[in-house]
Amino acid sequence: MKDDIILRVVAKLLMPFMLVFALYVQFHGDYGPGGGFQAGVIAAAAIIFYAIIFGLAAGQVLAPDWLVETMLAAGVLLYAGVGLAGIALGGNYLDYFVLDADSVTGQHRGIFWVEAGVGCTVAGVMLKLFYMFAGRSRDAEDA
Amino acid sequence: MLEHLPALQVVLPLVAAPLIVLARHRGFAWLATTAVSYLCLVIAILLASRVMEGGAVSYAIGNWPPPWGIEYRVDALSSFVLVLVALTASFVAPYAHRSIAAEVPAERHYILYAMYCLCLAGLLGITITGDAFNVFVFLEISSLAMYVLIALGKRRKALVAAYQYMLMGTVGATFYVIGVGLLYLMTGTLNLADMAERLRAVEDVRPVLAALAFITVGIGLKLALFPLHQWLPNAYAYAPSMVTAFLAATATKVSVYVLLRFYFGVFDPSALFERLPMREVFIALSVAAMLSASLVAFYEQDVKRLFAWSSVAQIGYITLGIGLDNQASLTGSITHLLNHGVTKGAIFVLLGAVALRSGAISVSVASLSGLGRRMPLTAFGLVIAGLSLVGIPGTAGFISKWYLIVGALERGMWWVVAVIVGASIIAVGYVWRVVEAAYLHPAQGATPVRHEAPAGMLAAALGMVILCVYFGIETSFSVGAARDAALLLLGGAR
Amino acid sequence: MSAITGHFSYWVTVFLMVAGLYIIISRTNLLKKLIGLAILQTSVYLLYIAPGKLIGGTAPIIADGFSSYSNPLPHVLILTAIVVGVATLALGLALVVRIREAYGTIEEDEILGQED
Repeated sequence: MKDDIILRVVAKLLMPFMLVFALYVQFHGDYGPGGGFQAGVIAAAAIIFYAIIFGLAAGQVLAPDWLVETMLAAGVLLYAGVGLAGIALGGNYLDYFVLDADSVTGQHRGIFWVEAGVGCTVAGVMLKLFYMFAGRSRDAEDA
Repeated sequence: MLEHLPALQVVLPLVAAPLIVLARHRGFAWLATTAVSYLCLVIAILLASRVMEGGAVSYAIGNWPPPWGIEYRVDALSSFVLVLVALTASFVAPYAHRSIAAEVPAERHYILYAMYCLCLAGLLGITITGDAFNVFVFLEISSLAMYVLIALGKRRKALVAAYQYMLMGTVGATFYVIGVGLLYLMTGTLNLADMAERLRAVEDVRPVLAALAFITVGIGLKLALFPLHQWLPNAYAYAPSMVTAFLAATATKVSVYVLLRFYFGVFDPSALFERLPMREVFIALSVAAMLSASLVAFYEQDVKRLFAWSSVAQIGYITLGIGLDNQASLTGSITHLLNHGVTKGAIFVLLGAVALRSGAISVSVASLSGLGRRMPLTAFGLVIAGLSLVGIPGTAGFISKWYLIVGALERGMWWVVAVIVGASIIAVGYVWRVVEAAYLHPAQGATPVRHEAPAGMLAAALGMVILCVYFGIETSFSVGAARDAALLLLGGAR
Repeated sequence: MSAITGHFSYWVTVFLMVAGLYIIISRTNLLKKLIGLAILQTSVYLLYIAPGKLIGGTAPIIADGFSSYSNPLPHVLILTAIVVGVATLALGLALVVRIREAYGTIEEDEILGQED
């Protein structure tokens, strides 16, 4: 597919918009439809889009294997870390009220970081799934 | 820190899993898993002692008070199951090192340990949470981890077993969610304690009965209630030995806990059990499970499948206690959760040692010949655990069967007593087959060299065997806690 | 008539639920079973979300002049359930790929017929 000029040009034009849209969806999750899961999927879709057109190897230059596995685990640790921060600051687990002097800002902060963790993990999972399925050898396939 | 124990109980294994994935190192993975298992056991024991002194412990996640927020609730029943799960994990995790090295390729070890930690977190979470949908989330966390663990088995049949379990298990979880959805529509809350109160005020009972049916079938698929047990023999037989030991002792027991919690803690037992013939259904299915599964176990050639079918029969004992629905039988059921968990865990750990030494993937009855000479301590452990499975006085299995018989007699159901005794006799049959092969059949080939299991595995295995005997003699914890739990359930108190 | 039109979403839910279950039970192709599983899970999403919208209820943001709000909780629950469904589907597909490599087929009866 990388020989088709229309696909190449359109892909390079669209990718930055997809990534920015993913960030938009990530941060507007508490005011409208969105949040970590949706944003993670859109961000992963941008890179998968690139990998489909330019080849799996090119995609893995963008998001190498070690980065994807690290994103997977780091997102979960970020989420759990927010919970443990709640304990450290004197509240219960996943307590957002204590994350700031003003409890509403605390809620906002807690949701922000938790969703960031979710987005990170989901993007990592989607990319890992794509790499695992696309990376299997094709010679066992029949039509 | 002590007041945060309920949250830490789940958070510790949950955090260990991504750390293991990040480190990607086999040795670190095993150390982290073992450390987390021991810490979880300490926390479970601390929580159990707090509950025994002061009553139920309630913890509000996110500091949102229940019923608006998710509540973690530790009472007599959940602390009992927490101790069971953490105890099993503490025995199996240190023994896993040698067993896994022989059965799973080295580059996958860290994945296995990460999944093990996730499964442990999920099982502990199901037990400790007081929110119906949170139960589903943790149920699926533990189940998905279990499917991966089973699929890591050496033979290709492990993949098919994992797929079959995944299909049936997900249908079960989906049915459970449908039931919870119907309950949420009728009561407007997901907190189990709040739901119980609001259900008493509900007039139109039909959606509630539908929810009861969906939850029964859904959890029945997870706990391998006859006839929804088809996935269990394959899953236990083809998984790695350490995984089988862990699952046999915990997975179905936690599902029984969910069933007990919903039946006696949420639904109003008297009102609902009169409208639907749940008691008769449970007694019928349990009797069918005990008799048919024991008979199939008797004819099995693969020893792991034999004991897997035995598990289906033993789960029949537990659900029989639920069907009989009085204090003695419920005490017997809850005690059997612990007793059978320890017994089956011991048996599968010992079988894992046998598989490790024999080098073969599966253990057939014929290959057990001469085990008494080759691995005397292991064979002895199998004998003791087998006696506990049958229910000989002095072992743990006898205690729970005794209470079940007392409960059946209180109901005046003599034929149930006959079935309990009959199934135990068939259990004698299949345990005798194993013992006979180990001690009475001469070994095939040359004179057997004494090649005992590695010390770590032997220590863990014999530790569980000792527990089989300990809980048969010193019953103050097992029966005492179970009686408290049964009173809690029947009294409807929270 | 209102028993059908008044409960339209429930009829669709039940139809999807039964269709999904039937596909899981009757089809021997492992991939088709997974599709049936996905359909079954989709019916559950509908069961939760459709009753959440109250007739005459507005978006669940407190505003003056409105007393009836639609329920946002089912949406949160279903987000979680969708993620669980995606994870299950991914795991199932990975298992099917591995089974295909190990057995050469994804028809259940052929797999069960093969010797170990």
